[in-house]
Parts: sequence; C-alpha cells; structure tokens
Amino acid sequence: MSRDEAAGAPSAIEVHDLTVAYREQPVLWDVDLHLPAGRLTAVVGPNGAGKSTLLKAMLDLVKPVTGWVKFFGEPYSHQRDQVGYVPQRESVDWDFPTSALDVVSMGLYGKVGWFRRPGRKERGAAMAALEKVGMTAFAGRQISQLSGGQQQRVFLARALAQDAPLILMDEPFAGVDATTERAILELLRGMRDQGKTVVAVHHDLQTVAAYFDHIAMLNMRLVASGPMATTFNDENLQRTYGGRLTALTRAAEAVLGERMTLEGGAPAPGGGRVHGDEGVL
Amino acid sequence: MELGAALRNVLIGATLLGAVGGLVGSFAMLRRQSLLGDALAHAALPGVALAFLLTGSKHPLPLLLGAAVAGLVGALFMVGVVRGSRIKEDSAIGIVLSVFFGAGIVLLTMIQRLPGGNKSGLDKFLFGQAATLLPEDVLTISILAVAVLFVVVLFYKEFKLLAFDPEFGASLGLPMRGIEILLTTLLVVVVVVGLQMVGVVLMVAALVTPAAAARQWTQRLGLMLVLAALLGAGTGAGGAVASAMVDDLPTGPAIVVLASAVLVLSLLLAPERGMVWGWVRALRLSRRIRHEHLLKDLYALGERRGDWATAVPLPELLDRRSQVDRVASRAVRRLARRGQLQRVDGGVRLTAAGRLAAEEVVRKHRLWELYLTRRLDLAEDHVHRDAEDMEHALSEEAVTELDELLGFPDSDPHGRPIPRGSAA
Repeated sequence: MSRDEAAGAPSAIEVHDLTVAYREQPVLWDVDLHLPAGRLTAVVGPNGAGKSTLLKAMLDLVKPVTGWVKFFGEPYSHQRDQVGYVPQRESVDWDFPTSALDVVSMGLYGKVGWFRRPGRKERGAAMAALEKVGMTAFAGRQISQLSGGQQQRVFLARALAQDAPLILMDEPFAGVDATTERAILELLRGMRDQGKTVVAVHHDLQTVAAYFDHIAMLNMRLVASGPMATTFNDENLQRTYGGRLTALTRAAEAVLGERMTLEGGAPAPGGGRVHGDEGVL
Repeated sequence: MELGAALRNVLIGATLLGAVGGLVGSFAMLRRQSLLGDALAHAALPGVALAFLLTGSKHPLPLLLGAAVAGLVGALFMVGVVRGSRIKEDSAIGIVLSVFFGAGIVLLTMIQRLPGGNKSGLDKFLFGQAATLLPEDVLTISILAVAVLFVVVLFYKEFKLLAFDPEFGASLGLPMRGIEILLTTLLVVVVVVGLQMVGVVLMVAALVTPAAAARQWTQRLGLMLVLAALLGAGTGAGGAVASAMVDDLPTGPAIVVLASAVLVLSLLLAPERGMVWGWVRALRLSRRIRHEHLLKDLYALGERRGDWATAVPLPELLDRRSQVDRVASRAVRRLARRGQLQRVDGGVRLTAAGRLAAEEVVRKHRLWELYLTRRLDLAEDHVHRDAEDMEHALSEEAVTELDELLGFPDSDPHGRPIPRGSAA
C-alpha cells in the first residue's frame, strides 16, 4: 500500500480475492482492489475482461465464488444508500411505456417504501436530477423518443436522484454524442469537486487519461491499479490488451504462412494484400 | 328468468377475467414472457384431470386447485430446466407446454373410458364453456379477480421496475426475485380463473391480446394497464354473450376472435403507432416527390432553352423519368389546380408561382451538390444522386444554414446558377 493511500485518500471500495464464474466459466479471478474516495476511477480492459461483472459483483447482483467487497468499510447490504448505479444503456428496453421523469424517479423506489407511490417530494427530486443533466425539457417525453445520448443522461439522472456519495457506472460514454460526452464529463468533475467518488467502466483508451484520475486495468485478473500518471503506461497496456492479441496474431500468421507456401514460391500480386487484410482481424 | 341469471353469471365471469387478464398480461408482455402464460395454462390441464381422478368430484374448487398446483409445478419445472441444463428459456417453455398438455389429454381420454356416469364436461377446460358457470363459480372468480387487482395496485411500482430494469431494482435492495414470484403467482391465478371460460388452449390470447392492443394507444404504463383491463373486460363480455346466443360456440374462441379484431384495428389505426399512418405518410411523401420532380424538370428545360413561355409537350417532359402516364397526368392536374402549372394545348408550362416552387427545389439540389464537393471533397460526378434525395428532405432552416456555410454561392459544381428562391 502506498503512502498516498495510507495517509491522504481512504479506500471507498475494497475488493478482496474476488472470483466470479458464470456456469463454471470463470470471468474474474482473484481480484484484489482498493479504489480511492473522492476520485474519478476508470475500469478498462478488453471485451470479456469482466468489467461489467466486477461492478455487478460489487452490487451483489452476481454471486461470487469467493471473496468480498466493502464500501467505506462495510458490505454493500449495509451501504445501499451510499451507492448509486448506472447500468449499461442497452440493458433495458427503451420502448417501454414510460417517461424520462418516471425513469429517474425509479432511483428513489428504494426510499419510497412498500405500497406507496412516489409523491410530490420524489417528483421534485427527480426533476432536480434531470436539471443537473440538462434534460428538464424532456421530462415528459416517452423514452423511446430520446436520442442515445439523452437516454444515457436519463440513466445518469436516475443515479443522481439516489443522491449517493459513490456512483458506479457501466460505460457512461458508450455511443453518446459529443454534447452529452462533455455534459457527463463536467458533471463527473463537479461530483468529484464535491468529494464524491465515481467508478466508471470506460472503453475509450484515447480519452481515459484525460477524463479520469485513477485507473484499474482488468483482463479477468487485475493487471494494475493506481493513479493514472503512474499506472497508465505501455507496459501495463501491453499486459492488459496485448497477451491475447499477440497470441491471435501468431495463430493468424501461422495459417497465412501455410497458405502462402501452398500457393507456391512466388506470391501472387494480391498475396501481400491478403496478408494485410487478415492482419486487421 | 333462468336464461337471464345464467347470462348474468357468464357476463360477470368473462368481464372480470378479461380485466385481470389484461392487467397481468400487460406485465407479462412487457417482460417478454407472454408465452409463460401459455405454458402455465397448458400445464394446468393434467392438474384438472388428476384432481378429478383423486376426488371423483366435478366441483370447481378441487379442480381449480389441481390446475393451480399443476401450473406452478410447470413453472418450477421450467425454471429448473433453464438453470440446470443448457436448454434456453424458449425451448423450456415449449417443452413444458407440450409435455404437460399431452399428459393432460391422455388423462382426459382415460377418464372418458372409466366406468360410471359422472365424467362428461371436463373437456370444457379445453376451449372454455362459460355457459356452465354456476353462481358459486362466479363468486370464486370474483374474489380471485378482486385479489389480483388489489395486489397489482399495491405493488404497481415494484412490478413496473421488474418489467423495466430488474437489475437496477436489485441494486436498490428490493427483493426482485420475490416480486417476480408474486407476479408469476398472479399469472397462475388468472390462468386458473380463465380455465372454465376460455380454456387452456386459448388462455394466452386473453393475456396478450388486450395488452398488445392497449400498448398501441398510449405511452404511459398506468394508462396502458387501465386500457388493457377495459379492452379485456369488453371483449370478454362480448365473447361471452356471443357464445351464449350461438349454440355450441365455445366461449374461448368467441372472446379471442373479438379481442383479435380489436387488436388488428389498434395495430392499424392507433395514432403514432398505427401502421395506416405510416402508409399515409409514405404515400404523401412519394406524391410530393413526384410533384417536385415535375416542377424541377420543367425548370431545367426552361433554363436550358432560355425560354420559359413556350409550353413543353407532355410526352417530352415525361420521357425524362419514364413515368407512367396515368400517374403523371394526375400530378399535372394537381399542380394545375394549385396554380403552379398551366396546360396549353397538349403541353405544360410553369406559372410564376410554379417557377418559384421549382426554384426552391433546384436551389436545395444545387446547394447540396456544392456542399458535398466543397466540404466532403466528393467528385463532381458523384454528387447528383445524393442531391436527388436531399432536395426533398432539406428543411428551410437547413437550406438557409447551408447557404450561409457556403458563403451564399452563385453557382453549383457544374457551373449552373443557384436560384435565390424566395430568400431573395
């Protein structure tokens, strides 16, 4: 543990020896992770690296084989009101008969209590959350009539309505327009300035260093985690994304080499291009 | 008097069934689990038969209890198959549906072969026979229906969350698994209520049809539930009356045919979602495109000849797009009526208003061509086809913006002048 973690930034999330499997197929192996409070943390990794699964395991949505997760030193079941969640946008049916405001007020269903409907107070809180993402004009709009970026902002507003000091987000920047991307980023920075903690799965390596302070690099195992400046480097990128890529490339080259020898010594005019095309795969 | 009482029973039963079927069916449909109701209904049949074999009574209570137990066993069986094997949910539903239904038919046939007299009438559970409802049946149905309604009202927001985003609900700490079990139980109750009236074979229609029809008319879940309940009640009552008036017409098919008619009308005519409006829009658009092409072609001819006054013979004009005469002459008539076109012995020419309208279209076309060549670096001979589409789609605002962006140009990439249109 670095001095920074020991002294300045306390852990918001502590993951210990977490292993998750879907039907005997392991998705996450032995993950140990400390994420600092009051920072913007990105979780990156290739497809199938277990990024979404990590968030879901943190929220008790999937049952781990081993290991535990603590938020501010307590298990999630004691800290539900401390944690907000933004699932992937594609995880729901946006043709559902409901309005943007209604979706946002779902963030308050845990607090409304049984047998009661969200009332004026909840409606007000939901409107305030919509305002933070610049969507008040769309409050009554049916959700299928919103653009992808607007739908993402509605999801974000739903988590804001939870009013939690920590928010977990699954790909908040996926498939959104430039305006929404800027709006979300500004919102996240504002939250950090208020001392809130944000952990987001992020897919865009071009922007990750500019958007986030802290990073966790995942490829079924935790490859590295730490402050962006010291952790996001070529070596860790190679270890996160490189392994499988090189193995694949080698396999593809082996197949291609075989084909070339079969076709005879002199490569056909198209031969070089075939290699190039396949190399992209 | 007798008939009146029987009809009243049927009416009350079918109306209540339709209402709760629409309510619970709406949630089933939104969760994409419509077929679960179908499987539950079919799974109930062997339960009815076994209950009769065990008790020897045709009293509805044990029979319906048997149906409910068998339906629940079917549901558990499905969950077990999906969890414990590699079989997916749709296949599991198919398996449960056919296996339980097959077993039910075999049991019913065995019962028919048994000695003794008290065995006819069980086959009403296949297609429903509301006419045989007794006052105590109606009482049972009423109590169950009110209970279902009560539970839906109490757990409305939880059911909504379950249908929209169950994982988020679980992250809030709500017991989504329990809420799902509650909703499935309601589904079983509705199926059991419907067995005597609609029968196992068509039960799914009582669940799905009103829900699908209601979805067409509204974007609000609350209103959708109310509409589905009303549609279900209305078609249930109508079908029940029809079956009471026509000899040997089972209630189930009568209700289903009526509900399907409502569904077809909703699919066609509902505002926004109705298919008819889509067709109307498409027809209007293609008509507008035909008109704009005609105006534009006349304009281009006039431009090339430097002569706007001489009428162009119709065949020469139509040759340009190999149009069907009948369609084209209808377009000419329409434009003439609008005062944009003038018919002069065998030919046509643009009026002042027509020339202005044509300039608008040509302006959009040529500005777009210029935009593509200048901004997107496309070759001059690549841009015409794209502009042919955009000239009908660009709005006034977009054209003004385009014009400004390109610095109010005078000519297109091919050197032809860009008319100022009404902007000048």
